[in-house]
Order: sequence, then C-alpha cells, then structure tokens
Amino acid sequence: MSFTTHTGNRGLVLEEKLIFEQGEAGRCGVDLPKPAGIKSRLGGLDRDSDVGLPGLSEPQVVRHFTRLSQKNFGIDSGFFPLGSCTMKHNPRLNEKVARFSGLADLHPMQPESTVQGALELIDQCAHWLLVLTGMPAIAMSPASGAQGELCGMMAIRAALDARGENRRRVLVPESAHGTNPATAAACGFTVDMIPATEEGRVDLAAFEAKLGDDVAGIMLTNPNTCGLFERDVRKIADLVHAAGGYFYCDGANFNAIVGRVRPADLGIDAMHINLHKTFSTPHGGGGPGSGPVVFSDALAPFAPIPYVVKTTDGFKLVETADEKDGTKPFGRLKGFHGQMGMFIRALAYMKSHGADGLRQVSGDAVLNANYLLARLKDKLSVAFPGYCMHEALFDDRFLKDTGVSTLDLAKAIIDEGFHPMTMYFPLVVHGALLIEPTETETKESIDQFCDAVLSLVAKAQAGDAEFFKNAPYLTPRRRLDETAAARKPVLRWMPETV
Amino acid sequence: MRYLPLTRADRASMLETIGAPSVDALYSDVPDGALLSDPVDLPHHLGELQVEREMAKLAAKNIGTVSVPSFLGAGAYSHHVPATVDYIIQRGEFLTAYTPYQPEIAQGTLQYLFEFQTQVASITGMDVANASMWDGATSCAEAVLMACRATRRKKAVLSGGLHPHYREVTETYCQYSDTKVAGRDGHPEKQATANELDDLIDDQTACVVVQYPDVFGRIQDHTKLADACHAKGALLIVVFTEAMAFGAVKSPGSFGADIVCGEGQSIGNNLNYGGPYVGLFATTSKLVRQMPGRLCGETVDQDGKRGFVLTLSTREQHIRREKATSNICTNSGLCSLAFTVHMSLLGEDGYRGVATLNHETACKTADAIDAVAGAEVLNDSFFNEFTVKLSKPAAEVVEALVAKGVLGGVPLSRLYPNRDDLDHYLLVAATETNTDEDIADFASALKEVLA
Repeated sequence: MSFTTHTGNRGLVLEEKLIFEQGEAGRCGVDLPKPAGIKSRLGGLDRDSDVGLPGLSEPQVVRHFTRLSQKNFGIDSGFFPLGSCTMKHNPRLNEKVARFSGLADLHPMQPESTVQGALELIDQCAHWLLVLTGMPAIAMSPASGAQGELCGMMAIRAALDARGENRRRVLVPESAHGTNPATAAACGFTVDMIPATEEGRVDLAAFEAKLGDDVAGIMLTNPNTCGLFERDVRKIADLVHAAGGYFYCDGANFNAIVGRVRPADLGIDAMHINLHKTFSTPHGGGGPGSGPVVFSDALAPFAPIPYVVKTTDGFKLVETADEKDGTKPFGRLKGFHGQMGMFIRALAYMKSHGADGLRQVSGDAVLNANYLLARLKDKLSVAFPGYCMHEALFDDRFLKDTGVSTLDLAKAIIDEGFHPMTMYFPLVVHGALLIEPTETETKESIDQFCDAVLSLVAKAQAGDAEFFKNAPYLTPRRRLDETAAARKPVLRWMPETV
Repeated sequence: MRYLPLTRADRASMLETIGAPSVDALYSDVPDGALLSDPVDLPHHLGELQVEREMAKLAAKNIGTVSVPSFLGAGAYSHHVPATVDYIIQRGEFLTAYTPYQPEIAQGTLQYLFEFQTQVASITGMDVANASMWDGATSCAEAVLMACRATRRKKAVLSGGLHPHYREVTETYCQYSDTKVAGRDGHPEKQATANELDDLIDDQTACVVVQYPDVFGRIQDHTKLADACHAKGALLIVVFTEAMAFGAVKSPGSFGADIVCGEGQSIGNNLNYGGPYVGLFATTSKLVRQMPGRLCGETVDQDGKRGFVLTLSTREQHIRREKATSNICTNSGLCSLAFTVHMSLLGEDGYRGVATLNHETACKTADAIDAVAGAEVLNDSFFNEFTVKLSKPAAEVVEALVAKGVLGGVPLSRLYPNRDDLDHYLLVAATETNTDEDIADFASALKEVLA
C-alpha cells in the first residue's frame, strides 16, 4: 500500500532537516561557566562578526544524529560484501580499550618517561605485523593505505637516489586500485601499465618486456584485485630485482593470506597493511584508517620518522632525521606519530585472535568466498577460472541482452537488505561485480544473499528490466541525480537571502 | 574463536559444495614452500577479559593528561568532549559504514558530511570545505600541492611561524615533485612583521604559507600578506592547529586567504597520542575543482526529494588514476562526525563561549607563570597558547615538573631537535579544562624547579 504521510515520515524512517535549518538563537547544547571579563590579548583581532552556527539543545542534537544514523547501512546492520574493502565485524572490545584513560588522553608531546606504555604498545603492534609478514622493518606512521603506498614509493625513490640512479618508470598492472598510479605520480614516477592475462594475472611476458634500466619497480597487489593469487609472484620479484628495481606490494588484500603466507617469502621490498581492513579497525564511513608499511633490508634505512626503538633505558621515540645510526629517513609523512587509536584497536584484535585465530581468519575468508563463488557460478558469469582467494569476481555477460546493468542489479540488491558488492572495479573485466563476504559471516547469511541474487538474476533474465532501472524502491532516498550534483555543485548550506 | 561463526560442520559442507578437499587446496596458487603449515610464532588467542587486562596494563604505564594538571599544546589540545559525541560516533550505523558510495543507503553519512563542510567553511570564513583530510600537517602539504596546480608554479614559501611537523610533511610531499620550498626559521623572540616574507615572493611563487595563531602562539593580521601574494599571482594559505581559536579571533577568510587548512582535533576528538585526527580544508568557490579529497554535494533523488552524494569525483584517484589531484582515498570520516556533533552541541553561543573561556584561562595561566622568577612570557598576543623563556633548559624543566605531578608544556627543543638556539623556551597551552587549582599547582611547581 502506498500513500503519503502529512510529515513525509514513513514509520521509522524519519525525514530530517539540516541542523542549520533547525537552530534557534539562544539555544545551546553545552553549559559553560560565565566568563570572568578579562581584557583580551588577541592582538586586536577579536572576532567581530557571527560565525553563523545554529543553536540546538542536547536532545535535539541526539535526535538529529540518531535519525541520520538510521539512514545508514553498516556492517552492524547486515551483510556487506563490498569487494576489496574487507568489511568484517568490528569488535566493540577494541572500541572500549581505545578509550581507556592512559591511552585516549595521552598528548603526543608528553615526555617519553610518561608514555612508556604507549611506546611499548606501538612496539608490540609492530612486532605482530613483522612476524605476520616475515619482514625485518616497519614504518607505523602512515595514516591510511594510500599514505602507506606513498611511504613505500618514497622509500624506493630515496633508495634509488642513494644509488645515484635516475629510474623513473613504475610498472602497474591494469587491475590496480586507483591509488597505485596516483601514488606513483605523486612521487615523480611515470606509470607504465602491464596487461592482464586471460587468467586475470600479470602477463609475465609483457612484464618482462617492459623491464629496463629506467624501471624503478613494480606496484603489485597480491592477492590481486581480481581476487586471485599471483602465482608467478616469485618470478616477478626475481625479475624486477635482477633489473635493478624494487617490488612494492599493495597489501590491501592481506586478509586472504594472514597467518598462512608471509609476504617476505614472496620477495617483496615494501608492503602497506590496511589496519582498517585485515585488522578490523572500523571504516567509520570513510576513515580514519591506518597504513603501516613493512620494509625489506634494502629499503629499511629510508623509512620515515618517527619510529620507536627499544633501549636498555626503555622505549625511545626517534623524531629527527639526523640520528647518527646509519639511517637515512626520507622525511616525515604525518604530524606526530601515526594513528595510535588504530594501533590500539588492531593490537586488541590480534591478541584476541592469536596466531591460531588469524590463520582461521584467512582460511574462513577464503572458504566463504569460494563457497559464494560455487553457489553463483552457474547463473552468473565468472570472470576467471579456478579457486578465488577472499573475494569472487564476476563480469556482466550473464546480463547480456537483459537491458539490466551491473548497477541496476546492485540497486535491486539494496532493496533485498544487503549492501551491494563493489561494482565496475577492477577495470579489467566488463561490468565487474566483486564480492567479498569476509570470515565473520555465517553460512546462513551467505546462503540468503546468494538466494536473493539468484532470484534477481532470474527476474532480470525473464525480461523485467524496467523493475531494475528504477530500483531501489524501499530506501530512505531513491537513485540520486549525480550529474546535477556535479554540474552545479552545492557543497554547503547557505542562509536564504532576501 | 568468538568472532568466527563457521562450525566444523559448516566448513565440511561448504568444501563439499565447492568440490575442494581442504581449505589448503584453495591456496594451490601459492608457490611451493610459501604456504605455512603451522601458526606463526606469536601467542594464541585470548578471551575478552584477558585482552582487556593486557591493554589495561599498558595504559597503566602512562600518565594521562586527565589525571594531572596538563598544559600541553603544540598542535594537539585537550578539550572537554561532551558525552553525546562518543555515544553518537559509536552507533554502529556510523561506526561500521563504508565510504558513502551507495548514496541511497548512506544518507546519514552524507548529510553529516554536508553539515561538516558547512561548519568548516563557516568557522574559517571560506566559501567551501571538503569532507576532511588525514590531519593538519597533511592538509598543509596538500594545500601547497593544490596551489602549485592552480597557479602552474613550483615554489612555496613557508613562514617561520609554521609548526615544524607541518613544514617537514610539506617538504616531504614536495621533494619528489620538483617543488621548491623556501622559507625562514622562526624564533619566539623575533616578532614576524607583516612584510617579512615579501622579498621571497616572486613570479614563480605558487603560495605563501602562514600559521594563525603561529606555532609560538602569536596572532597576526595577514591582510597585507594576502595583498602581497595576490600582487604576484600567488595564493595565500593560512594554516591553523587550534580550530577552537576561530570562536575568538577573526577568520582567515577575512584576510583574503585562498586556502585555509589545519587541524580539527580540538573539536570532538580525543588526544589519542597524536592520532587519528581530522584535517580541515577550505577554499574559495573559484578553486574548488583543484581541491584534494572527497566532497559531498546536494542533489535530488528520483522522487524529487533532497539528498546528498559524493561529487566532483573526476578529481579523484579512483577515476583519474595518475592524473588525480591527490592520492587520498580513506580520510577521517568518523573524526569529522565527532567534530560535527560537538560543533552542533556548541552552536554559536557555545563555540564562542568556550573560545572565550580558553583565552581567559590562558591569560590567567600566563600571568601566573610570568610571576615566577626565571620565567618570562614572551607573547604580546595569544589565544590559548604562548611561549615562555626559562632560566633553565626547558626539557629539563619539563622532566622536573613531571616529578612534581605536572605536565608543564612542550619544550621548543622537542619540536626543533636540530636547532640549538631554542633550548630555553617552553610552549604552554591552557584550555577550558584547566582549573584555577591546576594553574596554581603549575606555577608553584615551576617556581620550585627554577629556584
């Protein structure tokens, strides 16, 4: 039954204005002591006009953001198989410990003597990551995966400069995440694309043909963005090393192999680890993340400041590039010392799982993805043959002649109560659907998702394109006009002018 | 293991559906010898209680700022965060959401980002703001790169009053893009003049970067500097480390700044030993297409209802790849939500009220410190932070204050480890969290240490 309500609300889905449309002068959500009336010492630059912020009471603010939250889908809401993003359960224990006093209230510039526990925590977190990757050195400060890439590629640039070599070409597979070429460009490298084989992996012959004495290295995601393990990875490492280059591994998909395969055993020189993927720190609607980078001995001396060292006098924080210890840091990537709040959560996650549990994490993630692949492969079109790793990739051949696109199908999946898969990425297949269930899903939830997808596929193939073109129907908002948003951008609220 | 739901029976039946003999068989593409047959050499799993105890033990080895009188600033500030903020950001629909690529089921995130952008633009006095960067230092570096793109020039001039971490990050970002970074070393006893950077600004200069209030706490009008920049076709970038300040001082937009960026930690976010924080980034309408990072924009849905989407994404790495305006992908989503909730609670009266309280507390602290023999407050102007000249090296004084139960500021030698002319200077911050008793404790401890 469809009808409109007086308020525009629909049961539990409540319309909510912007806070700027709700404020009243004189309302405030905090109580403050009266100012003492001390004469200001602001250099004569005292604010002389209103900021333009609305006044709301605390209950109004709570209700506003509660209503907004109800228009969001999170992992806590339901199945969230967004490929390449590793949307696994975020344990609340990790939130609790990150808020402990003695951690959350530490100032980054306190004397070392007052933060020995914090430095020990960073050292422990680093130790777990080093053992899991088998690598000898780590930089903890990068703020996210993309900054981790920047960290790794800057170390490569610094190592080449130290060798006095002007190598500027970086090889990047076509299937790479967009941050890879963007990062290489930010470090002054040019990007040379390597094609993929029919099997969704690096074309070894094409790769070898591109090697030369101007090649700085390769940026390779492994397992790759097609959800496949690069079975020639060692050969790739040997070849790039023989050509005088370095091997940067994008560790976004570490969840597939954590505890089972050490990247060090594959010949890599640097790899970032997204703590917000493999180690379950919350994605938070787009961050904050954290992207520590592990290094081989060849790149370790160039790691950025700051870093923690253990001495006989306790833990020290090295904050300057001029320590006389043989290191040549390429610089500093971030204010202070990195995403401490994320180290705390990731360490709690690793301690909770232990070496045995982390092995189970990768095994169950890969098992869930292959189960999903097995359940869907006959009705959808599998992009590449064989077992997948932690995510399954399909192309849109199964939608051929239905008039339904990957996007349309995804929007119909939303109405079924799931977050859609990643769409149109990687770019190497047409109309990609990349599905990553993660290890924290039950067999029942995967079955329910597969059943729903299969029923939608049958519906699409039965010729009901119009239904899909207009999906979703049951969401707080239906399809949004992105073209209009970009053509004439409205990026903030403005008071109505009379 | 409590987070892993598959049972032995599930695994067996799933392997049967797959047609694989074992989980190991699914790893058949891994090269010989690289697939481990046993767990790595790390402890095995622990229950929630045991993990909590281990983490509590680490926390207990630290002295938290809440437990003692604390006067630390230098780019990170202790403010009271209302309980509502932490409640809202822990709602699972916010905490466990992804970047809002599916706007139909992410209007919650998108609407608060739109509100966040409006709040940031309002406090900085600029036209538009983005949906956040990683922190203040990376915002500063991205601003310089943006200015280089917008002007097609390759030189940045950095003021000596810029936070040294911001300067180092900017230099690190610029070193491999052929961008020249020029500037002067600052000193707390040499007041910067309005035109001290003029001789460095030339036809090749993309931007001048100043901090407001500066790293030593001083407040300066940059209107003339904006004019000097614009006369040479350069952009003025105004950086800040204390977002609370704009409740008390004129906005950088009023000077004619082209980009205003800095640290938003002060509003809604804990100190967290330095991260995660939230970079704020605002500019003029004219420059919006050169901006780095995510932008949320207003639009309508199929039924004509107002809604929000991520927009202008043709600037970004997932579309433009090596030609993107930045490599940034994940930003500081949840920290920007904390900012937005706190700012919503404050409103006009609260924001300006708490800024006044900060300033008054700092004035009281400055007077108490200045009265101590061997300590001299150098600033004529400040918001909630100022520099003190001490009769003894500041790093030693700070250690001695710890022994007396006070976290008494940041020695400039910590911020500038490679300079030997700043050993006797201490940076002191005071906020609304400091009581009169804290100030008295600090002053008396300092008196004993300097005696």
